[in-house]
Amino acid sequence: MAKTHVSTSINGEPVEFLADPGSSLLDALRNTLGLTGTKEGCGTGDCGACSVTVDGRLVCSCLVLAVEAEGAEIATIEGMAQGEALHPLQRKFLEMAALQCGICTPGVLISARALLEKNPDPTETEVRFGLAGNLCRCTGYDKIVRAVMEAAAEMRETV
Amino acid sequence: MNVITDKLRVEDNKWIGQRTIRPDGADKVTGRASYAADNTMPGMIWGKVLRSPHAHARIRSIDTSKAEALPGVKAVVTAKDIVDFPLETSVLLGIQDMRWMCRNVMAREKALFHGHPVAAVAAINEEVAVAACALIEVDYEVLPHVIEIEDAIRDDAPILHDFARFEGKPSNIAGTMTAKLGDVEAGFAEADVIVERTFRTRPIHQGYIEPQACTVSYSADGRATIWSSSQGQFMVRAMTSLLTGVPQSNIRAIPAEIGGGFGAKTIIYLEPVALLLSKKSGRPVKMVMTREEVMRATGPTSGSFSTVKIGAKRDGTLVAAKGDFYIQAGCLPGGPLRGPVGCAFAPYDIPHVLSVGYDVVSNRSKVAAYRAPGAPLGAYAAESVIDEIAEQLGMDPLELRLKNTARSGTKAAYGATFAKVTFEETIEAIRDHEHYKAPLDRNPRPGVRRGRGVASGFWYNAGGESSAQVNITEDGNVVVTTGHPDVGGSRASIANVTAELLGVDHGRVSVLIGDTASIGYSNLTGGSRVTFASAMVVTQSAEKVIGQLKERAAKIWKIDPEAVHWENGEARPAGPNAGQFPPLTLADLAARASETGGPIGAGVQLNTAGAEPGFATHVVDVEVDVDLGIVRVLRYTAAQDVGRALHPSYVEGQIQGGVVQGIGWALSEEYLYDRQGRLENAGFLDYRMPVCSDVPMIEAVMLEIPNPKHPQGVRGVGEAPIVPPLAAISNAVHDALGTRFYSLPMSPPKVLARLDEA
Ligand code: FES
Ligand code: FES
Repeated sequence: MAKTHVSTSINGEPVEFLADPGSSLLDALRNTLGLTGTKEGCGTGDCGACSVTVDGRLVCSCLVLAVEAEGAEIATIEGMAQGEALHPLQRKFLEMAALQCGICTPGVLISARALLEKNPDPTETEVRFGLAGNLCRCTGYDKIVRAVMEAAAEMRETV
Repeated sequence: MNVITDKLRVEDNKWIGQRTIRPDGADKVTGRASYAADNTMPGMIWGKVLRSPHAHARIRSIDTSKAEALPGVKAVVTAKDIVDFPLETSVLLGIQDMRWMCRNVMAREKALFHGHPVAAVAAINEEVAVAACALIEVDYEVLPHVIEIEDAIRDDAPILHDFARFEGKPSNIAGTMTAKLGDVEAGFAEADVIVERTFRTRPIHQGYIEPQACTVSYSADGRATIWSSSQGQFMVRAMTSLLTGVPQSNIRAIPAEIGGGFGAKTIIYLEPVALLLSKKSGRPVKMVMTREEVMRATGPTSGSFSTVKIGAKRDGTLVAAKGDFYIQAGCLPGGPLRGPVGCAFAPYDIPHVLSVGYDVVSNRSKVAAYRAPGAPLGAYAAESVIDEIAEQLGMDPLELRLKNTARSGTKAAYGATFAKVTFEETIEAIRDHEHYKAPLDRNPRPGVRRGRGVASGFWYNAGGESSAQVNITEDGNVVVTTGHPDVGGSRASIANVTAELLGVDHGRVSVLIGDTASIGYSNLTGGSRVTFASAMVVTQSAEKVIGQLKERAAKIWKIDPEAVHWENGEARPAGPNAGQFPPLTLADLAARASETGGPIGAGVQLNTAGAEPGFATHVVDVEVDVDLGIVRVLRYTAAQDVGRALHPSYVEGQIQGGVVQGIGWALSEEYLYDRQGRLENAGFLDYRMPVCSDVPMIEAVMLEIPNPKHPQGVRGVGEAPIVPPLAAISNAVHDALGTRFYSLPMSPPKVLARLDEA
């Protein structure tokens, strides 16, 4: 099948690629563009490992068609740190050991950032529901929730 | 919370026990860490597996000619390409029997479950590979199938394997295991109270988020390189070698970062197939399982059907215990009998025990290890019965346990005589915890009932083979290499230990995981052994390095090496008699390494021993919504003897993660089959693992009672936390509702049905 030309922006940089009309944004990121920081845990929208934002909206990239990236602004885990400076969420995840195997971590971080953009001062329950789309099998979520709340507190102070 | 009972060596620790940043952390929060599916190679093609659509069928023939003719297809393999291990002779690799592994990787005489691999294709892309699989013609003779244990052990059940015999007859019971102590019937004769109950659990999946994946490159010189994620690169090498006939020396297995395993990645599915596809096609081959393939065709853990009978005196003394554990093996023998048979009664000093396990095959995917393999099944039954005995005797369930704990010198039915038992301490930690004492509002609002439950658990823990190399770089820093994939922070622990021993800043230590060509043989990451074993070999390596450093300083100072001390990362003269010299730092000595004798570094390869068992006691509060049948965990506290927490955060993490897996096991996870023997819920939507909003914070109470047989006092941690939750939650639900469940999961439909009966 003929491929479609897609012009998009990923982490603030212009990107062009060719996509099969039926292929997912996740597939384009990982296999066409080499951005393997976004993970695939299920391919069916049930685990959140593939979380990215499209025009600021949190999505499962396995459920978005690659061609839908046309003209959009995509943000992935690779763009979360500013150079050497980690995002407060990334830093808190390290300091508070909020990851074990780390396969869920990129998706959890992207979801958490999207959550804090909407709600800078979430309760524990709000964090738990905000991250309910991101499966983590290793941590039992305890340290993830704490790290997100700590990061939120720090981000509120620095604003 | 930390309860440190041995202050001696802990107080002056600078790095051990600190919550340092893990060495592999930055790459994991920025998306740079490379997991199995992240690898690519120039010229790489894609492999896909054709799987049986039948639960049980004889394979009469396979015709791959149409698939091979499809443009873009580069290679096809079937069972005839895999090394056959004839049924007559057992060939063991660790606990895995290659007779079963070769048939698990590719169906041979029969397809034994829906999803069983029957052929594989490599093609220029995944779409062509999938299309080619559809062109393979398999002539099946469909056979009657059997799924559940109770059906599989009936006399008229379809028999999976002609070779399996039980009591002289063809059977789906492929083996048994017994642990015995005293005379159990005589024991029951002494009992005032006897409780006997039957329990059922369903197979559940390990649920790692990273599907199995690998890239394999077989070169023209007959050498192969494997990139894959596993719980043991040496297992990958050995098993792939056995299944393909390529000698181990010609295979280099490179461990990718692993995205969860929990035991399931102690065996392989794809690597030998990909190697053979690469060999036939002359191209590197990448294979990645879909989630559906993971659920259908990689091992879940066993379901179980168990009867446990325990007898007690009126004063609460346990006098006899009997367990019959029917454990699902999946389609090929090898269920984790050792878990329930050995662990169920091990925490207790019971004079008369008879524990028998039955390995039951049926038309399901072959089980794989899952965290404390089999032990939660036995504990679920035993700890539920103990709860009932406490109720009948009117005793506090923790007091009943305290009265009967195994102690130093107690002989367990599975054979061991315990050296140092720390079970009592875990019970006391829960009994004295604010959680256990806190009042519970049993009916906080209409339609809601609350209850509290406790349970304990045991796991053997393990030592075994490990290798490490500690090298001092030319600029005076430290690189440590071990042979163990890091599933949850073991590099962080090793960095702490190394920094402590060498007396250098944590930031100067790098910890790497070697591939099979760069580090000595190391057994699997599993059984709660890695931190225990690798800290031991790293300690011995570091001690050798310190010996070298002292020698180098002695040479420079022209004094006896005995007269040199290593302290805070510096060599110093041992005392005024040794001479007056300014200290030499690691960097000083590294800079002068060539002139003083060459590179500085040492390695140790060892079969480690001294892994004392793990004990855990948990308390949980639940809330049952009687209109919806939903059980929610409100509060959870888990106490465990961890020996010494080299990195407390990752120790807590093991406990918290294990508990939440146990919550899923108790409340929502199960494999569901249709009448044709097809798994109905092969995905994360319908196979319901706990999500963030399902669970509360999990309080981990780490009891640090040093293991006297380990240089830092480490005790394995990872397995024990999944052992108590099943019974603890079931006991709490009983406390809430006054009715007891004898099967898991306690899912809403089951809870509602029970409430309707009442
Ligand atoms: S991979 Fe997209 S939700 Fe799981
Ligand atoms: S850290 Fe392993 S799945 Fe979350």
